[in-house]
Amino acid sequence: MVLNEIDAILVSKIQGGLPLVSHPYAEVARQIGISEQEVINRISSMQESGIIKRMGIIVRHHELGYTANAMVVWDVPEERLEEVGEKIGSKSCVTLCYQRPRRLPDWPYNLFCMIHGQQRERVLSFIETMVKEEGLEDIPHKVLFSGRRFKQRGARYQ
Amino acid sequence: MDSIDRTIINQLQGGFPICDHPYRVVAERLGIEESELIQRLEQMLEQNQLTRFGPMYHAERLGGGLSLCAMSIPEPDYERVTEQVNAFPEVAHNYARDHELNMWFVLATESPERIASVLEEIEQVTGYRVYDMPKQHEFFVGLKFEV
Repeated sequence: MVLNEIDAILVSKIQGGLPLVSHPYAEVARQIGISEQEVINRISSMQESGIIKRMGIIVRHHELGYTANAMVVWDVPEERLEEVGEKIGSKSCVTLCYQRPRRLPDWPYNLFCMIHGQQRERVLSFIETMVKEEGLEDIPHKVLFSGRRFKQRGARYQ
Repeated sequence: MDSIDRTIINQLQGGFPICDHPYRVVAERLGIEESELIQRLEQMLEQNQLTRFGPMYHAERLGGGLSLCAMSIPEPDYERVTEQVNAFPEVAHNYARDHELNMWFVLATESPERIASVLEEIEQVTGYRVYDMPKQHEFFVGLKFEV
């Protein structure tokens, strides 16, 4: 997918946030010299094509009390990946679930999910319940809680 | 943070209208004035409860590169390496995690090809190997936090 020049300017213009004024898209339009309707059309179509996943609030989960942030990694046999990925991804506490490559011999895990909770114990008991409910006892997994956080910001686009 | 703030956070993680007066549309839904909604958003941004209010982009569809990377850094070197890694503008999040691979960060570059060269630069500057684990398949992405 290649963005045209105006889309690219728009992407860069609003990446830091939408103006907090009554007519935010008109304000963006004024800044880049196109019409409000064009801004609305372009943002809508970028949202439809999935370039924009969504508009709205992106929270600092840590500041909102989600301090127990666990990355749970699983060593899933290839033939069960689809099934296990779907099962884990459908759990309400799971915020992300991705397949990633193993890096053998140091890293045998190929399925990653994130669970953000307010307390470690609750996150751990949730994982335990999930393993039982979904029959994942024979799939090795590890829970990596985050410790110190050094940097959190979104990616930047020129 | 009161119950209106909570409702705003819960609702506006699910999307924002794209029309000429979107704040008014949301405010009406919440039963508050447009100016109050804007003021509350400003305050939550000021208090650092929100990273931002705007678009969440799909890096790959924007033509960029994205990967999750990990490193194994002995404690005495941890601070130095953290500073070196975070100095790269392409490094988006960096967390310590309790594992042999104890440093985890997201790399976001303007093009997919840039990933490999940034990885190499990080290895050269720090003197440690970087394990690169790009997403191969997405089973679920929600990233919403109820408050």
